[in-house]
Amino acid sequence: MRHLMSPLDFTTEELDKLFDLANDIEKNPKKYAHICDDKIMATCFYEPSTRTRLSFESAMTRLGGRVIGFSDANSSSAAKGESVSDTIRVISCYADICAMRHPKEGAPMVASEKSLIPVINAGDGGHQHPTQTLTDLLTIRSMKGRLNNFTIGLCGDLKFGRTVHSLINALVRYEGIKFIFISPEELRVPDYITDMLKENNIPYEEVIRLEQVMPQLDLLYMTRVQKERFFNEEDYIRLKDFYILDTVKMELAKEDMLVLHPLPRVNEISVEVDNDPRAAYFAQAQYGVYVRMALILTLLELVD
Amino acid sequence: MLNIGKIEEGFVLDHIKAGKSLDIYEHLQVDKWDCAVAIIKNARSEKMGKKDILKVECDIDMLDLDVLAFIDHNITVNVIRNGVIAEKKELVLPKQIKNVIRCRNPRCITSIEQELPHIFFLADAKNEVYRCKYCEEKYRESSKNKK
Repeated sequence: MRHLMSPLDFTTEELDKLFDLANDIEKNPKKYAHICDDKIMATCFYEPSTRTRLSFESAMTRLGGRVIGFSDANSSSAAKGESVSDTIRVISCYADICAMRHPKEGAPMVASEKSLIPVINAGDGGHQHPTQTLTDLLTIRSMKGRLNNFTIGLCGDLKFGRTVHSLINALVRYEGIKFIFISPEELRVPDYITDMLKENNIPYEEVIRLEQVMPQLDLLYMTRVQKERFFNEEDYIRLKDFYILDTVKMELAKEDMLVLHPLPRVNEISVEVDNDPRAAYFAQAQYGVYVRMALILTLLELVD
Repeated sequence: MLNIGKIEEGFVLDHIKAGKSLDIYEHLQVDKWDCAVAIIKNARSEKMGKKDILKVECDIDMLDLDVLAFIDHNITVNVIRNGVIAEKKELVLPKQIKNVIRCRNPRCITSIEQELPHIFFLADAKNEVYRCKYCEEKYRESSKNKK
């Protein structure tokens, strides 16, 4: 029995297989509509995350399965002080697979150690959010046709953004990737990541302004720059526009560059960019469902 | 000159960094053993200038080499049998240590679920970096909280 705790749990070959399956689901949804007719997924969300939970629920429902669960710790036995280990032992009796989100880092791993059913980490604090990374990779692979040989710009809060860290760790396994980190000084990518890139001779650049690198990018991964992350308001006001993607900045980009964003967006991408064919963030949300469908089928061993 | 009697069976931990012998005593939980112990602090050393030495008369199987290697893998472990050095053991960094140090990350699941073991794995042997198995937070010397 396998679980998914980190995007690196799967080899690149296994990911290729998973993404092929996701693409087949996209093309032939009817073929998969009843595979999970007799299966139940438990969504154990100890903190609210409507988007991720609905994506999992949509994925399971589209496979014909049913979903049970809770969407915040107060409505679960955790409020009575039950441990994650005990909860998963009980959930194992009720469901065939479990997606767990928890504010504490490592909680899904604790669950996986006691579970009788596959556990998917649906986000554990600031640690991992593997299905978001799988979503990002599937989107890139489906829309670009490859996961190697491109220059990716990662823009915004690169210090605290776990989706960014996860994506970098997942992409370094592919050849010919160049990273361009676009962020204010305060929110630069952590040293352990740049150290890892240096050790592996993977090219990267760090810049402050998005405009100056736009023409080089094959992919642009946007994240939100939150006001509260800045040391003072003055810096925030001075820098915030550097990290807002608008049609003027898009004019500098390649014709086939893709814009990705883990969503929710606040104001870091102007709504006018939504009409640009290069805006891939809503397609990304759709790929999130396909990749979760493929993951459920894979972990339940319902496909070859 | 300080004289400490020979031990018949046990171990002599030599080349301990000066001042660290009590840490090792605690980590190895020697206080729980009913045996003769000599702690020699700040002994003269040609190699180190000053060093600590720990002599413990006990069954040799009682020594947890992984814990010792985690604390300092440069320590020389002399195994004593019948009053003489029978063996010198080389210490290698353990791949994993359990309940030796505690994860200090307040966001880690181990911070709220008391019964969970505190397990750290060797993430980077070159730089001797250990990370918590659950949250992957790096272990820092300053956050040491002995069990």
